[in-house]
Amino acid sequence: MSRGLTSQAARNIFYGGTVFFILLFAVLIFNTEQRIPARSNAAEITPAVVRGKHLWETRNCIGCHTLLGEGAYFAPELGNVYPRRGGDFIKAWMKAQPTGAPGRRQMPQFHLNDQQLDDLVEFLKWTSKVDTEKWPPNIQG
Amino acid sequence: MTTTTVKYASQSVSRLYFIGALCLFVGQIVFGITLGLQYVIGDLFFPAIPFNIARMVHTNLLIVWLLMGFMGSAYYLIPEESETELHSPVLAKALFWIFLVAGALTILGYLLVPYATLAAATGNDFWATMGREFLEQPLPTKLGIVVVALGFLFNVSMTVLKGRKTAISLVLLMGLWGLALLFLFSFVNPSNLVRDKMYWWFVVHLWVEGVWELILGALLAFLLVKTTGVDREVIDKWLYLIITFALVTGILGTGHHFYFIGLPGYWQWVGSVFSALEPIPFFAMTLFAFNMVQRRRRDHPNQAAVLWTVGCAVMGFLGAGLWGFIHTLSPVNYYTHGTQVTAAHGHLAFYGAYVMVVIAMISYAMPILRGREANPPRAQAIEMWSFWVMSISMGVMVLALTGAGVLQVWLQRMPTDGAMSFMATQDQLRFFYWVRIAGGVGFLAGLVMYLWSFFVGPSADEAGVPAAASLQRA
Repeated sequence: MSRGLTSQAARNIFYGGTVFFILLFAVLIFNTEQRIPARSNAAEITPAVVRGKHLWETRNCIGCHTLLGEGAYFAPELGNVYPRRGGDFIKAWMKAQPTGAPGRRQMPQFHLNDQQLDDLVEFLKWTSKVDTEKWPPNIQG
Repeated sequence: MTTTTVKYASQSVSRLYFIGALCLFVGQIVFGITLGLQYVIGDLFFPAIPFNIARMVHTNLLIVWLLMGFMGSAYYLIPEESETELHSPVLAKALFWIFLVAGALTILGYLLVPYATLAAATGNDFWATMGREFLEQPLPTKLGIVVVALGFLFNVSMTVLKGRKTAISLVLLMGLWGLALLFLFSFVNPSNLVRDKMYWWFVVHLWVEGVWELILGALLAFLLVKTTGVDREVIDKWLYLIITFALVTGILGTGHHFYFIGLPGYWQWVGSVFSALEPIPFFAMTLFAFNMVQRRRRDHPNQAAVLWTVGCAVMGFLGAGLWGFIHTLSPVNYYTHGTQVTAAHGHLAFYGAYVMVVIAMISYAMPILRGREANPPRAQAIEMWSFWVMSISMGVMVLALTGAGVLQVWLQRMPTDGAMSFMATQDQLRFFYWVRIAGGVGFLAGLVMYLWSFFVGPSADEAGVPAAASLQRA
């Protein structure tokens, strides 16, 4: 610790540095906001996609799965499950849970109706088209 | 053992918070071990406690008990730093019970009611905030957290305003206010998932790699002032430099979460450059702790608290700094994003930085709250053993998860074609998952030792106040 620096000077460096980087962050976030609609195909967020996201949240799917790499690491990535498996598979899979295979990880039965299953698939389909800078590296997610 | 009491009677409200925090800590670890077991015995406790529910309990308990620990630390630290009684000890006690009951009801809600029913019953259709990682709490709980936080901040801020203003208390206040304000982003949930994720990080990242570091720095500085007797001018300077580095690197370091969630590509540069610098404040904390202990003007009788303080600085650097750095550069994160590597980092960082600083505060303050400057040597010896058992067990767990993560990347992420599926990969990781469980059980054993140390009195040949007497007095 240099003797020349007083704690007041250190405090001023803290305030100055923090304010500067908060402002810089705000500018970047502002710019990012402008670019989100195009990168996420916001125009394709239909009421079904919105309902699907609500289902995704209220069934706490993130508690086992990842979505675009974020969430729990207990069950497969679902950001690209639509291209990996297709909509019909997703619906059939959810209807068939739990598998009950001894010792294997189990997914709960959520008793979704056909409309809800469609909405969820629409949400996952829209999600798979978000520009994620080519992530994940391969289809396995 | 010399008898000591708290300098200001109102500091004793912190005792309640510390005991509450430690009880929830035990719950967190029990659920953690459950989760570890479910990784290898997939149908364990299914359908009574599915993995997602247990995980929610594990992570939410962590957040609640750390917040409780921060609040208890503030209630202890602020009167002493401000040299005045707490503005309202009654408010502090009332808020504790509100917080504890709200937290307990939330956990019971998770465990006893299907999550979708809980969401429907608590107004989530009216204002959807649930079902996002770590922010799963029902709307009333989130509002309750805001109320408790505001009451708490009012209480400690008023105390600081009427008393002496030190760098430590100001930095702590800034961290706590930042914590509360950033939590407001948990009410932001745009229907566009990409936007949702971006603002979600305003809570999660800007907490643990932003304002929480201010809290951490302030608590470490307080502990070092008290246990080493080093001049405040020196300690304040270090504190300001550490938190400058923390925010200068941490704010734009948020970019390391923006690589692959639909946000512009320039975040790969911003995030990589600034988050690569994020270890600096943690390294500075390590230097700070060792330097101050080396320059100490007194040998504090509470050596256990000193051990936790220095240990926190070291483990915080390893977990948040080093384990963060290994996967923070975007070309690396492209492969490790969302693997067990992230889990390894998360565990060591939370333990090293935040769990340990709260324990260090409890370790320092609790004996004084119980009427003695330090625990009897026998109790301290057990506590120091618990430090090593917990830290080494956490190390085992983190190495196991890191091994699992590296193998997962190798099998599932690296191959361009013919990559192994997620579930097939998981089967290959079982060895590491078993080792992780061993680490978790060891950790629980360490925690039990730690709690046990509270009840250990002096040995027969140690003179001084019997533990039972000091228990009664406190």
